[in-house]
Amino acid sequence: MLKKAKIVENVAFNILKQAVIYLPEDVKQALKKAYAEETSETGKTQLKAILDNIELAEKYQAPVCQDTGTIIFYVKAGAKAKDLDKIEEALTNATRRATKEVPLRPNSVDPFTQKNSGDNTGRYIPFLHWEIVPGDGLKLTVMTKGGGSENVCVTGMLVPGEGIRGLKKFVVDAVINAGAKPCPPNILGIAIGGGADIAMKLAKKALLKPLNEPNQDPEIAKLEKEIFEAANMTGIGPMGLGGKTTVLGVHVDYAFRHPASFPAAVAFNCWAARRASARINADGTVEYLTHKIKW
Amino acid sequence: MAVYKFKTPISEEDVRKLKVNDVLYVTGTIVTARDQAHKRALEFFKQGKPLPINLEGLAVFHCGPVVSKEGDKWIAVAAGPTTSTRMDIFEDEFIKNFKVRVVIGKGGMGKKTTDAMAKYGAVYGAFTGGAAILAARAIKNVKSGEWLDLGTPEALWIFEVEEFGPLAVAIDSHGNNIFMDIQKKVEENKQKIYQKLGL
Repeated sequence: MLKKAKIVENVAFNILKQAVIYLPEDVKQALKKAYAEETSETGKTQLKAILDNIELAEKYQAPVCQDTGTIIFYVKAGAKAKDLDKIEEALTNATRRATKEVPLRPNSVDPFTQKNSGDNTGRYIPFLHWEIVPGDGLKLTVMTKGGGSENVCVTGMLVPGEGIRGLKKFVVDAVINAGAKPCPPNILGIAIGGGADIAMKLAKKALLKPLNEPNQDPEIAKLEKEIFEAANMTGIGPMGLGGKTTVLGVHVDYAFRHPASFPAAVAFNCWAARRASARINADGTVEYLTHKIKW
Repeated sequence: MAVYKFKTPISEEDVRKLKVNDVLYVTGTIVTARDQAHKRALEFFKQGKPLPINLEGLAVFHCGPVVSKEGDKWIAVAAGPTTSTRMDIFEDEFIKNFKVRVVIGKGGMGKKTTDAMAKYGAVYGAFTGGAAILAARAIKNVKSGEWLDLGTPEALWIFEVEEFGPLAVAIDSHGNNIFMDIQKKVEENKQKIYQKLGL
């Protein structure tokens, strides 16, 4: 049997490759629906190009977008899992290998010297989010996050007295200010509470949820729908060239807040919403949770 | 909405035929340049140093491609556009000094670039953001990669392309800018949205 670290590296390589080539099924379905319903002629040509491109990426086994993103791993580690100290190195090795073999664009730059490391690694990169859960398995999720949509993410410290009304305005303004820049149609991850960092962390994590899964809390699901409809009333449209498809989905999450604070965060994802997950069991067996194809 | 197919070098006369909402396909040579390459090109111009290629009549593409090397040969694996607004601070000088006729990118550009396009004769062709394989399929040959010290995303790549597009003409050489028009409409819609949400 392969050593645990090698299995983790192979699985991380596979989910990275899956994520950058094959968009999740729910995102593809949402784009097809948007194409069928879009009424703007220019908007429709943009959605057509997107759908054609998705097919070509699968056919030629090439990354769906040249910006293969900043690589972020979400690790759910069973408290009884072994070799947890080897995971970080395994994920870094997988990142280096994927950069060379898929290939991915080297997207990791030293902010002081402006030098590109050339292999998508560097201080804190790939970034790892850890969560300890009961059990002895390991769940790995990767998000490769594009720069265009990252550049319009916003955090705001809103006025507690304005409550959810303030949040709605904050989100609508964020979508309008973002305009064409984040490659619409977008997916919005929205979170409130906690603190400035906690709100953004939750907002970004919300981007991992499938589009067809509204929040289980009916009040929050209603808010998600309301924001979805409002964003699609802006007229920004596919690629900002006009139309009724500006967002494909909205996910809202929250933490309890300090009485004096109302932190809010809006994380944008581009239509190329790349994510993939796998579970590694204690006996070394692997289940791919989002994609069937592996290498 | 007319469809045009141009070969590089593109003349000022031809580029002025284009109107916003037309669709353009480019065959010939296109050259990638992002933030760092724009900056360096303008520095070279100031110092009287020649660029690796004469850009007159060509298209500049806001793109940081995924490339791979097979032997000595570079291959463009994925090559969609990057957000053009970051190049707004350079583009008017770039158009004026190097006489590029087409700027290809996504997300549109501002007033300064629109004015330069009207004055010197150039258009902005919006390529669908993220449609990287659609773009890569139109790249028939990577002629060379220059300024690789900037890193592969920021380098100056010289591509030979066949019917590269569809490019939606979003800024023409007559002062029209679709993105600015949409922005105005969106501002109007904002009030309706506020009303609907009870804000």
